[in-house]
Amino acid sequence: MYADLIQFFTTNWLGQAIVILAQCLAVTVPLLVAVAYMTYVDRKVWASIQLRRGPNVVGPFGLLQPFADGLKLVLKETIVPSSANGILFIVAPMITFMTALVAWAVVPFDDGWVIADINVGILYLFAISSLGVYGIIIAGWASNSKYAFLGALRSAAQMVSYEVSIGFVLVTVMLCVGSLNLSDVVLAQSGWFWSWFWLPLLPMFVIFFVSALAETNRTPFDLPMSEAELVAGFHTEYSAMTFGLFFLGEYANMILLSAMGAVLFLGGWMSPVPYAPFTLVPGVVWFALKIAFLLFVFSWTKGTLPRYRYDQLMRLGWKVFLPVSLGWLVLTAAVLQFGGWVPKP
Amino acid sequence: MLLQALAFYVFAAVTVASAAMVVVSRNPVYSVLFLILAFFNAAALFVLIGAEFIAMILVIVYVGAVAVLFLFVVMMLDINLTEMREGFLKYLPVGAAIGVVLLAEILLGLGVLGSGSVTIEGLDKAGAQVLAVDNTRAIGRVLYTQYFYLFQVAGIVLLVAMIGAIVLTLRSRPGVRRQKISDQLYRPKDQAVTTVKVPTRGGV
Repeated sequence: MYADLIQFFTTNWLGQAIVILAQCLAVTVPLLVAVAYMTYVDRKVWASIQLRRGPNVVGPFGLLQPFADGLKLVLKETIVPSSANGILFIVAPMITFMTALVAWAVVPFDDGWVIADINVGILYLFAISSLGVYGIIIAGWASNSKYAFLGALRSAAQMVSYEVSIGFVLVTVMLCVGSLNLSDVVLAQSGWFWSWFWLPLLPMFVIFFVSALAETNRTPFDLPMSEAELVAGFHTEYSAMTFGLFFLGEYANMILLSAMGAVLFLGGWMSPVPYAPFTLVPGVVWFALKIAFLLFVFSWTKGTLPRYRYDQLMRLGWKVFLPVSLGWLVLTAAVLQFGGWVPKP
Repeated sequence: MLLQALAFYVFAAVTVASAAMVVVSRNPVYSVLFLILAFFNAAALFVLIGAEFIAMILVIVYVGAVAVLFLFVVMMLDINLTEMREGFLKYLPVGAAIGVVLLAEILLGLGVLGSGSVTIEGLDKAGAQVLAVDNTRAIGRVLYTQYFYLFQVAGIVLLVAMIGAIVLTLRSRPGVRRQKISDQLYRPKDQAVTTVKVPTRGGV
């Protein structure tokens, strides 16, 4: 009986399709719950920073607030401005949301817990994260409104600029690992927590995190939606669930970049101390804790820092991060080559 | 195998259809979006033949960078459809000539490939030799050994082009007050900050 079942799920194409579908659901559903609660945690963290209580009315400790918000967004009317480009206006939030979700296919949650263990995992992540900008540009153009368009232009320029330094950070990590597979990246960091890449590549970790803030349009780089000058930037004209998809996509992107940070620099599913009882905790718990830590830093920055000016933003990206990351890349390559630490394939 | 063939025909059909739409569609923004769709499906075709590295690079470089800039420029244009269609007959001969030349080149290339001077078996053998390692590594091995100088030359050509573009567009405007970061950083502390002891929950 069980042998039949196993054979059905491993060899029959229908069985394999069911398995793949189940894997996708097993990643997407917890992710969406995490996105919902990320909005709650975000607001609680800002509230604490400002000595407020934050959402505390719906449910115990306000825990049902994200669902109340979601329900409200679903039930409201979707308004498409009459001068907007109908199809693209609807497609844009879908693109933002989709690109934030499909990237999770290659993220390893534990040893072997990955939907697609492809050889070019890092490149796939980079490729998908560079697509997020389309949702924003298309939204800005299709809205046919000057605020939305200005927000989209700012956002696109910002994301393209900071992607360059993220690319160099990824190349440095690739050099240290000798593979583009994300599971290999994690396995290369095994050992105590100081052998994770955050310490040997500390400047790159900082650059990665700041670039991640810019990529996700978060404070201090939230110029695309700076409410004082651009209303709400590229999603000024959006309402109800079309806005909801942008909002969810933004948070899903934040979680994705935190997961990238956890995999590349904080040892993925590895426990910080390579002995029992720490190694007995499932790897996925450590991974979740690391993501949660990075997400807390996201909220913390948002609650603390003022907004950058646009020229300062561009200066930081092109005149500071680009040369520093390029220099560190050359330095890493030289140290690996002349120190004899080049990873063996 | 059936699934692969099906996937190939779907991706190939979408690639060709969206490539046709790039030329046919009236709104330039739609053209760029169809171009992006064509890039995507081309990347999917590369994945199908097992060239995942090239597929990812295609998405990163063309979709993630080049097409974004295209879209940027096209969106900012003041599009006037009647004006755009005015020169159609004037440019038709040139465009048709280029198309014919490209088609002839492709046919010529296929003819040479079929005539036996470069056999498919030879290509297969070279492919099998290379594919003993995964194709990222294989590309790296030839790119940084056999084609090292050509690779460097390609890089220099791009660098020169970039510098040229910057030189052509750079203009110095008088009367602009620039932020001098070094001046700000060298400002002594007592001129810049005052320390205030604020009791918690007391405010300033």
